[in-house]
Amino acid sequence: MEKELKVAALRNGTVIDHLPSNQVFKVVSILQLENCKNQITIGNNLDSKRMGTKGIVKISDRFLKEDEVNKIALIAPNAKINIIRNYEVVEKYALTLPDEIRDVVRCMNPKCITNNEPVGTRFHVITDGDQVLLKCHYCEREVLREKAKINNN
Amino acid sequence: MNHLVSISDYSKEEILDILRAAAGFEANPNRKTLDGKVVATLFFEPSTRTRLSFETAANRLGARVIGFSDAATTSSSKGESLHDTIQMVSNYADVIVMRHYLEGAARYASEVSRVPIVNAGDGANQHPSQTLLDLYSIQKTQGRLDNLQIYLIGDLKYGRTVHSLIQAMYHFKPTFHFIAPDELRMPDEYKLFCDKHGIQYTESRELEGNFNDADILYMTRVQKERFQDLVEYERVKDVYTLRYDMLESTKPNLRILHPLPRVNEIAYDVDKSEKAYYFQQAQNGLYVRQAIISKVLGL
Repeated sequence: MEKELKVAALRNGTVIDHLPSNQVFKVVSILQLENCKNQITIGNNLDSKRMGTKGIVKISDRFLKEDEVNKIALIAPNAKINIIRNYEVVEKYALTLPDEIRDVVRCMNPKCITNNEPVGTRFHVITDGDQVLLKCHYCEREVLREKAKINNN
Repeated sequence: MNHLVSISDYSKEEILDILRAAAGFEANPNRKTLDGKVVATLFFEPSTRTRLSFETAANRLGARVIGFSDAATTSSSKGESLHDTIQMVSNYADVIVMRHYLEGAARYASEVSRVPIVNAGDGANQHPSQTLLDLYSIQKTQGRLDNLQIYLIGDLKYGRTVHSLIQAMYHFKPTFHFIAPDELRMPDEYKLFCDKHGIQYTESRELEGNFNDADILYMTRVQKERFQDLVEYERVKDVYTLRYDMLESTKPNLRILHPLPRVNEIAYDVDKSEKAYYFQQAQNGLYVRQAIISKVLGL
């Protein structure tokens, strides 16, 4: 009941739920919430039947852009996004990575053109069994999703 | 627009088309199909064989060649971006052949160029014309590409030619044998590629007496600068040297390939063997590059 109230207390905005506890503050950083003037609630180490503990981030009057959603999908692929309008959950979706992500991840290869010229990054998302790999469109190097370096400009 | 950036851009059929066209150019290398065209060769990094063979290919097809072989003499030394250099040169030339020290440079160039880009090597990433000439050499000497025993020897970690060869040969059901010191072993991602595509492979540290069933020995240079421990380099450098006497029990159809330059990984006495094929392999590069330039120009 208490949990529902917390979510319902948002009039308009976004709830990012089912975040792994160790990723909550990365999400805060990715969304640059430290500079955000909107009302924000951050919960962490909350009880979760599925995850043991989980985190939740609620931001009023902010709706995430595609690249922000993709960034969160990289570090918390099982998180859920709730869009709240007028106290109602109008949209709820699980995060998924698109086939290609642009300008979200930095290439780990120091000799990659994207680290040396003003070129936006592009990665192809490759699923290989349980692993998700990101392959640089330019230098063709692959990196495991969890080791990808998120571009936070 | 037709570019050639990575060997994986080409399907099996496109690879075979290039090899067929190369055979035609070998039979008749002097044609004027590029009369009136301009080929730019932009070598931001030094190269001997690749640049000369691309330029010879263009000249034998009747094209004019512009370009540079030392980026220090160009505006890129003043800080001009690759983007701007490519924009400018694509105003002048009908096709750009480029080598660059940065990986992914050719892919990026292909996105900003108004004329076809041919990648003549981008750092440690791709060198597709080398791969195609390797395939041409294999097909020419073996009469086929399918079901061959291919030994890759030396620096399998950093050697881009062996990586691209694996990617290209997967169409033809090879069995690979990787022979390298521990420091220079084939990276896992290429072994995973083999696993994924049902390509059989073996791995070994020992060269001597280990390749009697080989159809192709693909030698690469073990480079001193790759070793953190120079004692280890001294230990392995001669272990991976191929000598004439080691060829005694090998199959008659065996051919030895090497992307060149060689240092000490193939002893000079091997040159007298009819199984030594590396200089003809370099010559094949001319015909293959004629085929590549023609293909990207849609001729």
